[in-house]
This record gives sequence, C-alpha cells and structure tokens, in this order.
Amino acid sequence: MGRRVCMGNEAIALGAARAGVSIVSGYPGTPSTEIIETFLHEKIPGIEVQWSTNEKTAMEVAAGAAYAGARSMVTMKQVGLNVAADPLMSLSYVGVEGGMVVVVADDPGPWSSQTEQDTRHFAKYANLPVFDPSSPEEAYEMVSCAFDLSEEFKLPVFLRPTTRVCHASATVDLDDISAPRQAAGFEKKQDWIIFPALSYRKHGELEQKQKLISDRFSTLPFNRIIKGGKKGVAVSGVSYLYLMEVIKEFDLDLTVFKVGTPYPLPFKLAEEFLSLVDSVLVLEELDPVVEEGLLFISAGTKRVLGKITGDMPCNGEYSFESIKNAVLKFAGVESKTSAMAELPTLPLRPPVLCAGCPHRASFYAAKTAARNFDKTVYCGDIGCYTLGNAAPLNTVDTSLCMGPGITIAQGIKLAEKGTKCIAFIGDSTFFHTGIPGIINAVYQNTDITIAILDNHTTAMTGGQPHPGTGRTAMGMPAKPLDIEKILTACGVDHISTVDPFKYEDAVDAFRAAMEYSGPSAVIARAPCIALVKKLPVTVRRVNDSCIGCLKCIKHLGCPAMSVGKEGKAVINEPICTDCSLCVNVCPVGAIKRVDRNV
Amino acid sequence: MFSSIVIAGVGGQGTLLASKILSEAAQKRGLFVRTSETIGMAQRGGSVSSHLRIGSQEVSPVIPLHHADILIGFELAEAARQINRLKPDASAVVNVDCIVPTNVALRQGEYHCDEYLSVIKKNIVNGFYINATPMAIAAGDARTLNIVLLGFSVGAGILPFNEEEIRSAMEHCIRPKLLEINKEAFLMGAEAGRKQH
Repeated sequence: MGRRVCMGNEAIALGAARAGVSIVSGYPGTPSTEIIETFLHEKIPGIEVQWSTNEKTAMEVAAGAAYAGARSMVTMKQVGLNVAADPLMSLSYVGVEGGMVVVVADDPGPWSSQTEQDTRHFAKYANLPVFDPSSPEEAYEMVSCAFDLSEEFKLPVFLRPTTRVCHASATVDLDDISAPRQAAGFEKKQDWIIFPALSYRKHGELEQKQKLISDRFSTLPFNRIIKGGKKGVAVSGVSYLYLMEVIKEFDLDLTVFKVGTPYPLPFKLAEEFLSLVDSVLVLEELDPVVEEGLLFISAGTKRVLGKITGDMPCNGEYSFESIKNAVLKFAGVESKTSAMAELPTLPLRPPVLCAGCPHRASFYAAKTAARNFDKTVYCGDIGCYTLGNAAPLNTVDTSLCMGPGITIAQGIKLAEKGTKCIAFIGDSTFFHTGIPGIINAVYQNTDITIAILDNHTTAMTGGQPHPGTGRTAMGMPAKPLDIEKILTACGVDHISTVDPFKYEDAVDAFRAAMEYSGPSAVIARAPCIALVKKLPVTVRRVNDSCIGCLKCIKHLGCPAMSVGKEGKAVINEPICTDCSLCVNVCPVGAIKRVDRNV
Repeated sequence: MFSSIVIAGVGGQGTLLASKILSEAAQKRGLFVRTSETIGMAQRGGSVSSHLRIGSQEVSPVIPLHHADILIGFELAEAARQINRLKPDASAVVNVDCIVPTNVALRQGEYHCDEYLSVIKKNIVNGFYINATPMAIAAGDARTLNIVLLGFSVGAGILPFNEEEIRSAMEHCIRPKLLEINKEAFLMGAEAGRKQH
C-alpha cells in the first residue's frame, strides 16, 4: 500500500487487515471509535464489521469468531472493558482457536472518559498479554504480532493504545493487505464449556503460560535496551517519544529500557537492563505497572523511582515538560527555563450542546414541566446529553457510566419518596444498557419518568448507527427496532412520543408522565443536528423590539446567541438552525424568521 | 527540515482538515509526519488544537512549550492560548474573529477581543492578520474558513510549502463535490496573503 500518514486508530485497523482479520466488532467510544470506522471507510473485501449493541456483545461475537478459527478483533474504550469484563475473564481460561485481539483504548487525562483506569492492570488481572504502543507506526507493527501470539498461546491478546496514539498521526509504511484468512470452522470439544473442573485445569495452564510469554516478549523488537550511562529510564507507551525528544535536546547519557509489552514484563530483558544501571526512573502514564514489575525483579537491590516513590504522578497525561523535569532532575542536569509570556486570563471554553441540538429542547421542556412539582432530580447518562449538566440547563444531576440514569433514579426514588425523578438516556445508550433498568423499574413498580432522547444516532462519537436506525455499520438495511414497542414489551404503560421542538406538546408530555404514578416514558424524537446535511434556508434574527431581558440566553445557553453591544440578544446566523426554541422563551416576540444570508 | 506547526481554534471550525492537508503536503514531499489532534468531547464547541511535527520521527506528538515554529490561529482567544507554545521567532497567521464562549454570554466569564489581539501582537514578531470569515462567505460557504486560512498562510509565506503543494494535498483530502468551492476559498486566501508578504 506504500507510505501514508495514518491516525493511530487507522494504523491499528490496517495492521489487522494485513494480519488477515475477518471479523471485527466493537462499540463506539472515544478514543477508540476510528478503528472500526477505518474498516468501514476502506471497504476491505471479506471483512465483516459490526457496531455491536455494547462491549459485552462485541467481545462475545469476536470470541465466537475466534472459536471458529477466524482472526477476530474487538474494539472499545477503557470503560467499555468493564462492560465486557464478564466474558473476558472466562475467555482467558477457555481461550481461542483463531487469533483474537482485544483493542482497548485508554484515555489518560482523561479527555473524554469517566475514569483513568489502566487496561495494562486489567490485562495483568486477567493474565492476558498486553501490547502498549508508543506511536501509530509501532501500533501497526504490534497488531500482526499480537495476532500471531494469540494463536500461538491460544489466548486473546490486548492491544492498549492511549489517546495520544489513537488520535495522533504518523507516517506509516503499509504492507499490502492480504485476503482475510479463511476460518477453519468450529471444532466441537469439551474445552469450550466452562465447568469448574475445566476452570481448575485451565487456570493452572494459564499461569504456566505467563513465563513462556514473558520469554517470548524479551525477543520482540518492541522491547529493547538503548545502552548509555549508569542511570536508567524504563519507559512505556507514548512517554517513549517524550523521553527521546528530551534526551536529544539535552544530550543526556542514559540507558533506556523501552517496554512495549508491560504485561507480562519481559523478565530476561528487564534483568539485563537492571544489570546495566545503578538506579532507575520509570515513565509510564496511569498505574505503576512496569514500576511494580521492576521493583519485583530488582527486589530492593536497585533504586527504582516512579509513582510509588512520589516522583511521578498517577493521574493525568504526561508531557514533554513533565518528563523533561523528572528526567533532568534524575540525571542531575540543570536547565534554564524559558520565561513564560504573561497572558491575560483567557476564557474557559467548555464543550456545549450544538446550536439546534434537540436535547436542549427536551431538557428545557422537562424543566418547564418540573416547575409543577416540589423537587425533581435529573439522572443523566453518557452521551452528548451529559452536556445538559452545564448552566443554564442544569438538567443533569447524576452521571456515572453507561445506562445507570434509569436505575440510579429508582434508588433515589426509594430513598426520597416525595421527589420526582427523570432519567434521561440517549437512543444508543438505551440499546447498550438501558433496557434491563427499565424492566427493573416495571418489575419493582418504581415511580420514575424515563426520557429517551432519540436523535437517531450515536452522536457523541460522531454518528454511528445502532439497532434503532435501520442500518448496519456496513451500510446494509436492518430491521429498525422500535423503542416504543420495546418499552411496551417491557411493561411500561404510560408512553408518549413527542417532537421536542414542539415546545408545548413536549411540556405537556413531560407533565403527564411525571403525574402518572408508576414507570412512565417520554420519547423525545428529533434528528441530531450535526447529521443534518443541509441547514434550512431560514434563520432567526432578533429585531428592534428586543428589551434586553436576555431570557433567551439565560434559559437556553444556545451557542448561536450572545449579548450584543447594546445589551440585546444577537444571533450568530451562520450557525443558527432555525430550531425556534428561543421563540418560546422571548416575552416580547422579538425573534423573527428571516432568509439565511440576507 | 524540521518544523513544528500548531493550529488552534474552536471545535467545529475545521482545524482537523487543515492539519490533514498540511500532513498530506509534507508526506508528498517525503518528510516524516507526526501529529496530535483534539478529538472527542471538545469538538462540540470547545478549545481544540492540532500539532504537527514535520521532518523528524523520534519526537513528541504534542509540540512542547516554546518549540512551535508556526501558529495558525482560527480565533483570537484560542490563538492567544498558544503563545507560550511558540519559539521567540515563530511566525503566525491569526484570524481576528472572536467566538464568544456561551458561558461568557451567561456572565460566567469575560471575553476581551482587543486584549487578546494586543498580547498576540506583542509576543509574535512575524504575525499576519486576516478577517477570514467574510472571505469564506464570499467564497460560497462559511465552512471554508479553514481553507481561506491555509491559503492566507501560504500566501504570506509562513508555511514550509508552496501553493501548488497545498492545492495538490487538498485534492487528496477534500471530497470532489466540495473541491471547487474550497479551491476558490484557497485562492482568495492566498491572494490576500501575498499582498501582505
């Protein structure tokens, strides 16, 4: 294929295609989403690609494919692995036939996640090998190696890129993509059925494999020693690139142990590294995985500095600067610091719901309806609509993981009977993990209102299809699952479906649902504005009758609205979608429809 | 050649495509490219920046402070945010547009265009300024702002690429349907840039 600038996620997909992967599943989640999107974009013949309903189903689909001898890959973000943990933990015992690579993208920072959990630790917990790429080009090389290793040891193998690998790009030398490898077919045997006796035997085997894998890892090019002085730095992930730039810039004489497989640690190579140095600084984002391994091997004979000694932080991303400071201090090198220019206080710019986003209309309608009740708690979920937490909407009081709004609401209701609870959930999250919570509400007859914000896509990650959209990832028509029918089948008796931009209807629907005793549901249905290709030919403009009360801004927080020079509201017409929600807020009717670009 | 370019703006302004086009131009010249992008929640109207390192492999994907040679600022406050990432002799193209954050409209913060412009001018010796939005609208679509700015940057001579290299990279990165309008935007930007050069 030749040389190309690839995003890390693209390189991972192309690396898997080169290795002959034939079945790929996953659930969207930043920073992992573009791996599957690359397969869809490249349209490589013979590869089955799916957005599964959630990470657990995705993991199981990939496992089944690998049982049948295919090379399979499953992709997710780090918190997705929690959802898929149940099949994964058993899979480490049962094993696979065809190579199976589990790509889990970690998010130090975190930039777009609820936790900073470290999948390398999860790999250790599951006794499964993990590759930790430092760059897109290394990730590309690691994927094929991970498939080979998976088949050799009959285990699923982790590839754990981080945000700075997934969303970084680099020049990658791409090999031609071979045709997907044909699956040998499912062979019936007792080893696929996890009974206690099998678990006991397999657990023993799994433990024995760890040393063999560690020895193999000592021979791989991803793990290497760059010889230098008696001070050693062990480094894993993207920190390697930060370190190499620091070493070059300050011309440092250090021995570097580059670790590409943090678990199992390549013991032989680690021992060689430790024999070359007097003291060690460990650079790895998040948990001290390599650090603990080196402490274990050195058994107190070497000074090992890192997170446990308080020399490096456990949270947040590393950077050139943080690594420079730590390494120069460790190397005993003084450096002059460049003076920082003095800047005025710059405004914070948090992400916001788009102009014309239907969620804003749904939140505003729910809030208006809630004025009829003493106290309402708004339980949120994960998606664009988590942004409803910000002022002025303030309609997300809780957010935890995928799907908990509906069930947290039930707990709050049980503990605080007089309070109204509305649980907001998006359509994709509804299919992901929302449904069991709804069944629980009906089964326990808990009086909550479930608001399904159906914008017909998985919006936050860029617009992936889901079971309600009538289309598969590969663009094939699918039977669109009807949310209303599912709610009915789950036993929800009070259901209304509204267009959230029909303001009065939406308020009435929320009020009626909240007044209803027992589980009720409102489906607020309007397409995600980011997916609407052609904006309407009209926009809204504020005319002279504006009295400058700024209720429109104070109630809605639409990014298309700001305060003009005379203290009156102004609409930024290029981004206005004429959703007209603001018209319902204006007390003097000053917001008029006009033609766009006139 | 080793060059570090930072592109800063607000999610939705098209910084990603601008970065992709520059990467493609560097790649076509046979130079190693390493970049880092803001993708995810911040794309919904938050602060975003793209970092490009061209011509060296073992370097950080994020440009260290005081290491950037070139800044392309899509918005004033976001350009100001990058000042400390620049080398003392860095060059910059800055769009003088102001996008007031929603929280400022809600009186939860302050926004001062003039102050940001003056701190940028004070700290950047080789700066070129443009009001790019009207040009993008004149080209036929406000969304071609990113291409106007690329054109202006190449016209003003701050990029390590010539016009033909960028145009050729655009053909690779932009869907054929949208190419014409973007070429027009590029020409308008480049012409404005040449006048300043």
